[in-house]
Amino acid sequence: MIPASDTARSEGSSGFAPAAPLELQHVTKRYPGQAAPAISDLSLEVAAGEVCVLVGPSGSGKTTAMRLINRMIELTSGDILLGGHSVLERRPNELRREIGYVIQQIGLFPHQTIAENIATVPRLLGWDRPRIAARTQELLELVGLDPDEMRDRYPAQLSGGQRQRVGVARALAADPPLMLMDEPFGAIDPINRGRLQDEFLRLQATVRKTVVFVTHDIDEAIKMGDRIAILREGGVLAQYAPPVELLTRPADDFIAQFVGADRGLKRLALTTLKDVKLIEPNGLAPSGRRVPLSSTVRDALSMILTAGGEPLTVIDDEDRVAGLVTLELVGGLLGKGGALASARGGDATVSSEDGESP
Amino acid sequence: MIALATPAVVIPTFGGSPSSYACERANRLFCANWVSRNWSSVLWPALRQHIVLSVVAVAIGFAIAFALALVAHRRRAVERPVILISGVLYTIPSLALFEILVPFRPLGLSARTAEVALVSYTLLILFRNILTGLRDVPDDVREAAAGMGMTARQTLWRVELPLALPSIIAGVRIATVTVIALATVASYICDEGLGVPILAAIQDGVFKTELITAGGLAVALALCADGLLVLLQRALTPWSRAQAR
Repeated sequence: MIPASDTARSEGSSGFAPAAPLELQHVTKRYPGQAAPAISDLSLEVAAGEVCVLVGPSGSGKTTAMRLINRMIELTSGDILLGGHSVLERRPNELRREIGYVIQQIGLFPHQTIAENIATVPRLLGWDRPRIAARTQELLELVGLDPDEMRDRYPAQLSGGQRQRVGVARALAADPPLMLMDEPFGAIDPINRGRLQDEFLRLQATVRKTVVFVTHDIDEAIKMGDRIAILREGGVLAQYAPPVELLTRPADDFIAQFVGADRGLKRLALTTLKDVKLIEPNGLAPSGRRVPLSSTVRDALSMILTAGGEPLTVIDDEDRVAGLVTLELVGGLLGKGGALASARGGDATVSSEDGESP
Repeated sequence: MIALATPAVVIPTFGGSPSSYACERANRLFCANWVSRNWSSVLWPALRQHIVLSVVAVAIGFAIAFALALVAHRRRAVERPVILISGVLYTIPSLALFEILVPFRPLGLSARTAEVALVSYTLLILFRNILTGLRDVPDDVREAAAGMGMTARQTLWRVELPLALPSIIAGVRIATVTVIALATVASYICDEGLGVPILAAIQDGVFKTELITAGGLAVALALCADGLLVLLQRALTPWSRAQAR
């Protein structure tokens, strides 16, 4: 995936900006005949190239909020600006061609090959054949699929994970400045979901789109989001903040409850061993269990507990010993004055190094 | 009709050796000689007329049902009246329907009357299958199409209709076979189709070869048409046979 990155950046002759800021201004959606609004006075800004995750319990209107942006649902009042221009002034069909759209069931066209599926929006935009073929090739490589093997297959011949990748490639086809993703990994089994999440984060580091990502899974939100908007029932914004801030300084009991009693563990999941001062291995022989430097502290803790509290040897990319991690070390991170301590749990403040997503 | 059927009724004494009529004289169940002697004068014209009758009926029926299905696809209220009317037409016995139509001025005892009746039998099947095919397009596919900026018309022609093809062609197959079978009855009101030799043989009442041959041709025609439509579907929907590897 990574090698294709520079070609993806050099595209952009679609006439769209590579990424555009998004702003929701006092957006309200009221359905006729319903007393309570589905979305109430929702205001939030997403900077260009950032991932904003909308998360909340069912009935919180997170999907509705997302669909207001590409006008699959029309808002009742307020305004939505994409790249500084109101989406309300655009023709819905033209607006949608400029916004990538990924849904949980993916919605690939079963009667079209993978290449034809990916070419959907470019064809609507009237690109010529060679340009579409080149773009399809590039996108399949970008999402980690072999173009020669995949191009002429039909969706029925793909696994769930492959279909999901094609869905993302199709949404990226015209290089849109904004991507909307509605529980894109919701129908994938947990193991592949983790892999697809990692892949998407790598992809996003390359293409740097503005992304609005809807999920009901707070762990996924913490993993994917640069900022997370937690909505409560009736589409009220409860808190909009980076993941670390949500975990260390939940605005109220609803947020604290929603992010979960295990938010200490979740903070550990936000930090990799790279960001932790490990114990020098001097003299100590590297003991049995090894853990890569790129693992999260949470995974390391889990392995330590599985190993009955034994320290782990941390291995870097070149298979060299980088240090040791112990139960005490992890405990120290979360304790008073620790790098990952909670503002609610004590007087410690959030340190700037504790893993806000780059 | 009588003129066409003459060779079967009166065993001629001219042309060919007497032995070539041995089968007819003995009035066996099936005389191959009779078939080859009457192919170009009786059977082939009847078969050709039968094909034209059937193709025209299915084509017109399809055009009407297709237009109605597209309207009903957008406006649900249209579905019930169409089903009701085409359902009533479908249940009228074919002979009765022919008789009802004959008194109308532009129709009368002509192939046009036969076509009106045959078309009315295709409507219910075709309308239902086209509409079902359109309705069965998965919601996520429709959602994706709209979300990527397809207009309603683009969604219909590029996504919904291609995906409805298996159901549409299934309807055309049933309608075609039905029409080919029913078109034999059209000989009661017009001198066209395989029904003509069949009717002649029934009126004759003794000689069976003509009945068997014409009836057999109608069956063979139905099977061929059905087979061709299966091939057409395979050619048009390569994706429907794509299985997980």
